[in-house]
Amino acid sequence: MSKGEVVLLDCWASPFCLRAKIALAEKGVEYEARAENLFGGKSDLLLKSNPIYKKVPVLLHDGKPMCESTIIVNYIDETWPSPPLLPSCAYERAKARFWADFIDKKVFDAVCNIWKSKGEVPETAKNEFIEILKQLEGALGEKDFFGGDSLGFVDVIAIPLTCWFYAVEKFGGFKVENECPKFSAWMNKCMQRDTVARILPDPEKVYEFVITLRNMFGIE
Amino acid sequence: MADEVILLDFWASMFGIRVRIALAEKGIKYEYKEQDLFNKSPLLLQMNPVHKKIPVLIHNGKSVCESSIIVQYIDEVWKDKAPLLPYDPYQRAQARFWADFIDKKMYDTSRKTWATKGEEQEAAKKEFIEVLKTLGGELGDKPFFGGDNFGYVDLCLIPYYCWFYSYETFGKFSVEAECPKFIAWVTRCLQRETVAKALPDEKKVFEFVSVLREKIRVE
Repeated sequence: MSKGEVVLLDCWASPFCLRAKIALAEKGVEYEARAENLFGGKSDLLLKSNPIYKKVPVLLHDGKPMCESTIIVNYIDETWPSPPLLPSCAYERAKARFWADFIDKKVFDAVCNIWKSKGEVPETAKNEFIEILKQLEGALGEKDFFGGDSLGFVDVIAIPLTCWFYAVEKFGGFKVENECPKFSAWMNKCMQRDTVARILPDPEKVYEFVITLRNMFGIE
Repeated sequence: MADEVILLDFWASMFGIRVRIALAEKGIKYEYKEQDLFNKSPLLLQMNPVHKKIPVLIHNGKSVCESSIIVQYIDEVWKDKAPLLPYDPYQRAQARFWADFIDKKMYDTSRKTWATKGEEQEAAKKEFIEVLKTLGGELGDKPFFGGDNFGYVDLCLIPYYCWFYSYETFGKFSVEAECPKFIAWVTRCLQRETVAKALPDEKKVFEFVSVLREKIRVE
């Protein structure tokens, strides 16, 4: 469904960019992904479109820029309403926004605390990460997806972060499947969706990318 | 069926004030329940088990947490009066961006202007002024962030104003001297009855901040 030109300023490994890509794919929206070199020199378009944070993703719809992945996904949902990501009921929408906000506040920082550790990963970092996943399991309950029977807003916000989990498991010496089987089952359900399966990068590649990052930051 | 609306809140919280302004803008009757943040009530812990923080809106028994989320909820449920978020999705995305910027930048930076000293405090003051200048840039020549009308971003930001006297006194600086346009916007907001009534007295906030500084032993 054409509704103007859509461009995404992107980085392949960024879970935040992946959120936007999954949302666009779910809606069947065609777009151009432009890879940014985050370490070699950000493009003029990126710096102009996101002068405050200078970060990806940036969504440009007919040249108008939008920043911050959760806000971008919200915009995509409102502009291309079918199929809906956010629930139609205001209370359920508030709950979805709450869990998206929780994920934004907690998950990536916990992931980074593990892979940025020098030497052995502290138990506190591992435990904090697992605790967060357990809280998300509580929010999931008995549902297949956070969105209920199908992929919803919270699923789109959460699933891209999971392609970094393999790296976290390697460094932390644990498996999400053992510690949080319900969460692991939800990950597998999401991966059965074509949009998610073809968009999420290979976790091995992400692991190699994380090793590169560690070398860049001088972490042994 | 009458709506039952309860707000769990703390009088000096800039996050709670956001919700109070939103409820007032929509003309919603509600019961205000002051919370003791040093001795949290079973109701608060039950209604916000994840973060255990105020504000919490309880609407017909169901809780909504996180001030920006509560304000959006209020705007959606009571949509026939005083719209807070813009109608257009792109403008809405911009409003959410600036509310998020305020959430990311204002609290931690402003807190350091009174909760730290020496070099850390000086750095915090500089950063705080920079944040206000960035917001001033976004405001431009508009009367409000929402344009001609008071809106979501204005509502998210104005509650910080009752803490400015504390930041300025402990930090030894003046917002008006550094960002006069910002203070002009504040004055316009305070002309709204909903805002003027919701903001507590800045001197009372100052007394409260003085007690907090004692508690965390700043000097």
